[in-house]
Amino acid sequence: MAAPFPFSAIVGQDDMKQALLIAAVDPAIGGVLVLGDRGTGKSTAVRALAALLPKMAAVKGCPYHCDPAKPADPCEYCTTMAEDDRAKSAKIPVPVVDLPLGATEDRVVGALDIEKALTRGEKSFQPGLLAQANRGFLYIDEVNLLEDHLVDLLLDVAASGENVVEREGLSVRHPARFVLVGSGNPEEGELRPQLMDRFGLSVDVRTPEDLKTRIEVVRRRDAFERNPAEFLDKTRRKDAAIRRKLVAAAARLDDVDVPDSALETAARLCIALGTDGLRGELTLMRAARALTALESRDQVTDADIRAVAPMVLSHRLRRDPLDDSRPVVRVERALAELFPA
Amino acid sequence: MSRKHTAPVFDIANEGRGRPPRPPLPPDGSGLTTPSDPEQPAATGPDPIDVWSNALMSAALIAIDPPGFGGAWVMAQAGPVRDRYVDAVRALRPDGTAFRKMPVQIAEDRLIGGLDLTASLASGRVIAQRGLMAEADGGMLVLPMAERLQPIAVSRLSEALDTHSIRVERDGIGTTHDARIGVLALDEGTEHDDRVAHALADRLAFHLDLSIVPVRVVEAAVIETHEIDAARQLYQAMPHDAARIETICALAAAFGVSSVRAALFALRAACAFAALDGRNAIDDEDIEMATRLVLLPRATRIPAPPAEDESDDQPDPPPNDEADETPPPEDPEQDIPEGGLQDSMQEAETALIPKGLLDRLAASAQRSMAAQSSGGKGGVRAALLRGRPIGSRAGRLDGRARLHVVDTLRAAAPWQRMRNGNEPGRGTGGRIAVRGEDIRIRRFKERMETLTIFAVDASGSQALNRLGEAKGAVELLLADCYARRDQVALVVFRGTGADIVLPPTRSLVRAKRALSGVPGGGGTPLAAGIDAVRILAEDAQRKGQTAHAVFLTDGSANVGYDPQAGRAAAREDAHGAGAKLRALGASAILIDTSPRPQRRAEDVATALGAIYLPLPFADAKGIRDAIGVLPGSATVAANRSR
Repeated sequence: MAAPFPFSAIVGQDDMKQALLIAAVDPAIGGVLVLGDRGTGKSTAVRALAALLPKMAAVKGCPYHCDPAKPADPCEYCTTMAEDDRAKSAKIPVPVVDLPLGATEDRVVGALDIEKALTRGEKSFQPGLLAQANRGFLYIDEVNLLEDHLVDLLLDVAASGENVVEREGLSVRHPARFVLVGSGNPEEGELRPQLMDRFGLSVDVRTPEDLKTRIEVVRRRDAFERNPAEFLDKTRRKDAAIRRKLVAAAARLDDVDVPDSALETAARLCIALGTDGLRGELTLMRAARALTALESRDQVTDADIRAVAPMVLSHRLRRDPLDDSRPVVRVERALAELFPA
Repeated sequence: MSRKHTAPVFDIANEGRGRPPRPPLPPDGSGLTTPSDPEQPAATGPDPIDVWSNALMSAALIAIDPPGFGGAWVMAQAGPVRDRYVDAVRALRPDGTAFRKMPVQIAEDRLIGGLDLTASLASGRVIAQRGLMAEADGGMLVLPMAERLQPIAVSRLSEALDTHSIRVERDGIGTTHDARIGVLALDEGTEHDDRVAHALADRLAFHLDLSIVPVRVVEAAVIETHEIDAARQLYQAMPHDAARIETICALAAAFGVSSVRAALFALRAACAFAALDGRNAIDDEDIEMATRLVLLPRATRIPAPPAEDESDDQPDPPPNDEADETPPPEDPEQDIPEGGLQDSMQEAETALIPKGLLDRLAASAQRSMAAQSSGGKGGVRAALLRGRPIGSRAGRLDGRARLHVVDTLRAAAPWQRMRNGNEPGRGTGGRIAVRGEDIRIRRFKERMETLTIFAVDASGSQALNRLGEAKGAVELLLADCYARRDQVALVVFRGTGADIVLPPTRSLVRAKRALSGVPGGGGTPLAAGIDAVRILAEDAQRKGQTAHAVFLTDGSANVGYDPQAGRAAAREDAHGAGAKLRALGASAILIDTSPRPQRRAEDVATALGAIYLPLPFADAKGIRDAIGVLPGSATVAANRSR
């Protein structure tokens, strides 16, 4: 596979890039849903993010690449290993797994290892995409066209962080904690509300309307396609800078202070918008904290909450068929009422 | 999007037997396109000779760089013209590369690859097979009936066109194959809403409407294969200078082409034209040709021509038309900013475009848009789900389920060696040992899709009042349907004809856009309204959907098929149309919106076989509750086994 288009060279689409970085800093936020027109660089951004992420330590040989530093929740593979074997770790790239439409259920959840069954007559489990995505990202392009039974399956795994396989005489459970990244065009089919809610953040992307941006998009894309090596050379340093920022933010995350005043702001905002449940507030807090960490600060402010509010809340609003305005507009309206300028 | 026209839309007198009438030509060009009659090119339309020579040009360009251009979207019925085009592409393509036909109902494992069942069974080990896209690597795929392609197939083709490779994750196989392909999407759609998926169309450089080309103008290609080979060398080395990129982007913006892909295609096309001409730099003429081939068929607006060009017989450019119907400017859904921003942008654009070029191109764009044959805008289509099986899952045969033979064999295949004492064939006398756990049962689409068609009487003085209520009801119902994944369509009849204001959709976004901007007033052409509903219902049934119709009218038909024939004839026409709809078996409900329940509305309901509901003060909620009465409008039992 050829190298993907570099993250730092993506023109505009700041909301989308910001949301992806925030979700990468704190996986607990619950991923990103990118909605918008075709040809706006949704897939490009996700693939670029994958190339940007720093390598992570994983137990050598473990099919679920468990974290050697956290032996608390070992998978079946790790429990069978000797204590000191488990300490052996390897640096691997953070997995970013594509879930293509039309993937069969056995490839997603894992299934009987046919090769082993044939050659050795062994009944063993061949991990699927969910296993591959553990501790990484699971990317679904056109998530709105995904078959219902796969959606149900994903919802369950995303909520529990664990994949339970009961099929073909196998009974396996393994960790499957991943950041869900979905993209789609709402004009081609709506997303089920349950699945929408599972995403921590959502952003709308649009084709840039102004000419200068568009010229730049075409120019960079063209330069990249004609000579990828040269183009990547030029952007390598900028990409490295973003990578350092991500690493530093992830390290700083636990030290970021969330004052009560910020929590109160988050709660007031959610009440004003009538979002269901506590997930909205929790995600607001987490996203604001990740943003603070990305900007190398120590304390979440009201401004951080306001900055992340549109991407956290716009897909959690209850649908009001008689209100024509876009959800983002409704969030902004609530913000303007709560924080008069 | 709304479609306006003056003549009655569904004119029974002109209707051929057994075939729905051709939908009206939408003058605003939005949403839908219809190929014109092949033998009678519209006087204002593009010259068929030009269209054909452009088509031949596109064939040459595709041959120079098939994956770079993605291919062509060809709108034409099967026939000699289309065949000649496909032959031209085949003849010019790089020597020895694949040229494969992809049947529309291709199974996914054949499209992308998967387990080779026969070979795996014979040898007793997993043998993967490449799919059609991987087999066509470096060559072309021809897709007849591309408008019928399943969304999943569209998505896999898009993936191959984007990444030039295809990933397989199925049957225990996970791998990536190269798939540098070009695609000829042959679109035979004539019905409204039946066009190649936008996602695919956007990834194909050329949009050709060959339906207006008569056979007599078709000539053989003048470009020879060796010229193409020579051009390919030059093309690869062609410098892309920054100023040319700016010009192309400015042209794309001027014609309202928003896809970045289109600009890249145009750039490549300009390079290819220069290369065909044996030059190693792009000139203005190359850009003009590239714009004609790539950008004009995608144009959504025509740049404002110099002031004196405004003659009366020219139709208004579509963006203006659209502005009349779409919601007021404060609506945040409005994608295309009108007025100020565009004006200032246009100045910036024109500065980058060579003098005179824009005028020449604008003139051709106007011609092609007037004929409503330009592509690009017709592509937006909801992802239709046709009633069909959706694979299999493990289960028991308990009399209610149906066996999926191939998947059962597939599940049993890996075990054969073990079950047969480690040697294929032995122990079971050469038969395949299938056990209970191998059984796979067929799964069908979990629910029959439902299409609810609203037909709203927008005539006369109360029109605005009733229309407002109906809009509210549609929106409420849409929210319900959205949760159930049902579809909604809206027909409005008034004056002398009926409009399909909202083609079947599940998208709230599109529905809202279409709903705002429905006008009212005029007579009551009830028969035309009923016919419009019937055509939608027929389409729906053909797709395996269940159709419901909801009429909101007072039943006082006063415009029939012959607008001059008077009230009695109009009523008779309405009853006749009602009987035809009834014969389809679509369930219907008629809500009498007149202030006092009227006998005549009840009569129409009887003709329709509809449930009659006098709701003098029908409001949105009342109508929604009434719809709950319809059979099958609630969720139909899941997991239907056929």
